[in-house]
Amino acid sequence: MDKPVNQGAWLLVLPVLLIVAFSAILPLMTVVNYSVQDTFGNNQFFWNGIGWYQELLDPSTDLGGRFFDALWRNLLFSLLILLIEVPLGIAVALSMPRHGWRVAATLVVLALPLLIPWNVVGTIWQIFAREDIGLLGWAVNRLGIPYNYTADPLSAWVTIVTMDVWHWTSLVALLCYAGLRSIPDAFYQAARIDGASRWAVFRNIQLPKMHRVLLIAVLLRFMDSFMIYTEPFVVTGGGPGNSTTFVSIDLVKLALGQFDLGKAAALSIVYNLIILAVCWVFYTVMTRMDAQRN
Amino acid sequence: MARIDLQSLGHSYTPNPKSDDYALKPMTHVWEQGGAYALLGPSGCGKTTLLNIISGLLTPSEGRVLFDGKDVTALPTEARNIAQVFQFPVVYDTMTVYENLAFPLRNRGLRGAPLDARVREIAGLLDLTADLNRRGRNLTADAKQKISLGRGLVRPDVAAILFDEPLTVIDPHLKWELRSKLKALHRALDLTMIYVTHDQTEALTFADKVVVMHDGRVVQVGRPQELFERPAHVFVGHFIGSPGMNVLPAEVSGRAARVGGHVIALRRGYPTLDGGAKIEIGVRPEFATLAPAGAGGVPVRVRRLDDLGRTRIARVELSGLPMAATVPEDLTLAGDEASLLLDPAMVHVYADGTLVEGEAA
Repeated sequence: MDKPVNQGAWLLVLPVLLIVAFSAILPLMTVVNYSVQDTFGNNQFFWNGIGWYQELLDPSTDLGGRFFDALWRNLLFSLLILLIEVPLGIAVALSMPRHGWRVAATLVVLALPLLIPWNVVGTIWQIFAREDIGLLGWAVNRLGIPYNYTADPLSAWVTIVTMDVWHWTSLVALLCYAGLRSIPDAFYQAARIDGASRWAVFRNIQLPKMHRVLLIAVLLRFMDSFMIYTEPFVVTGGGPGNSTTFVSIDLVKLALGQFDLGKAAALSIVYNLIILAVCWVFYTVMTRMDAQRN
Repeated sequence: MARIDLQSLGHSYTPNPKSDDYALKPMTHVWEQGGAYALLGPSGCGKTTLLNIISGLLTPSEGRVLFDGKDVTALPTEARNIAQVFQFPVVYDTMTVYENLAFPLRNRGLRGAPLDARVREIAGLLDLTADLNRRGRNLTADAKQKISLGRGLVRPDVAAILFDEPLTVIDPHLKWELRSKLKALHRALDLTMIYVTHDQTEALTFADKVVVMHDGRVVQVGRPQELFERPAHVFVGHFIGSPGMNVLPAEVSGRAARVGGHVIALRRGYPTLDGGAKIEIGVRPEFATLAPAGAGGVPVRVRRLDDLGRTRIARVELSGLPMAATVPEDLTLAGDEASLLLDPAMVHVYADGTLVEGEAA
């Protein structure tokens, strides 16, 4: 079959191409450009090839050691908050009312943490958890539990994880609730008539309906926690020592603190690629699981 | 085995209800063991409320529910030997058809060979044997509805099955098939079935006895023929039959009803009717036959003839009051003058909408 060839169609996509070029591709190329060069200021650049990347990916070097330490911290953090927020979010969603005015009230309360700017969340917890004047920190210490997030790495981790759970469990709960709302009442009534236990209802009715939104929740929370910067930066600034220095915090230290533009650019690119790769894996797994179920 | 007694049962969704607040006005009714009942009425008349009270999904605000004389009003639904099929098919998506059917039995602790035998027996009854290993989610609506029904039938303890408009989402040509299946199951198994619907055809073909509800109240209980020939309430006359019963304001005394200056003969005598009540007579179009003018009966003016295929229905006016009447096959009319022959035995008298029993002939 002969199709008329009309190259004029390119004009239609031209605006999008231009916008994407200026907003994404050009800045990205700048970073790529930096990542293969070295500079000592004065706008003088020296070709370094893949040198920064080699250093970055070799844990025995100074830069590589820093990077992998931060990366493992990041992964541990993401794992912890997923392990807490997902079950907790499901539990919250399950105990939310399904009818009446309480629905609106609960939704508002749940949405509140999500509406607070991130650095304000950090500031709230920075003050709330202080052992001298913070209500939480002071009270915990008075109970006889030593707690000081500026000096003790464990306290710092507990603070940051608790803060993230406080901030983001609502999101998981709201997503799960949306899934639960799509279940008609007849399902619960039929389950009662079938004599199903609470667990059987959860396992056979509620979980299958939440399955999709849960995958989205896990993806969102993983990506977000893997890129976390603002809140720990405000609370601990990456300390004590380097104990809460995540990749993004380290990146800022490298780029703006030490002005190692080449290293920072290489780190940015690797960081970006990791996130893209994980996204892709999630997406593939999700679509494949969906295909299997049908 | 279950005979279901409803004793002064009423339900209101508000506390301290007045007459209008009742979703279900206080009523007493007996569902006999093994009966096939239809609960017929327009949307919002309280049918589903009544059904949910019987199944235990809803606790009535007053009155008692008895199963075989045992008070079950406070018992939860899982403790009653009752099953319910809903408007939208409920199938557990992640399970196979087999697992769906086995689910109620497993929940009640049955395992192994007895469970397997029972599931296969019920699957056989419902023609689901070939689908046993398929996942629930990919089945058609009628197959899903059969599974919903199957989960009720599979329980050996079930004595009554309640249907809440179960054919709403089924394709028309399959409705007939599924309804016949239900009839066959009812004959094969000794089960009480209560079938809620707003479709008179479904109700009249399914049930031995039809319970007509209107505005939270049971207005008549009877065999389909009784509902047709002796509607106990003008609502029943309107709701059942197509077109519905003709209802005309009248003055009644003795064996005659006066409608706009014309006298209509009655089969029974009505000596005294309460002066304050609104008196009406009702006659179905099937018992009002059109005849040429001057053939006796009451004179009417013909407005329109509707050809329904098998029969013809005339829209006529009797002293300005609209009525529907049957047109005999061989009748030809000249002009719009005609006369209407009414079967006196089928002309009923209603006071404030309720049938008045006359004195026997």
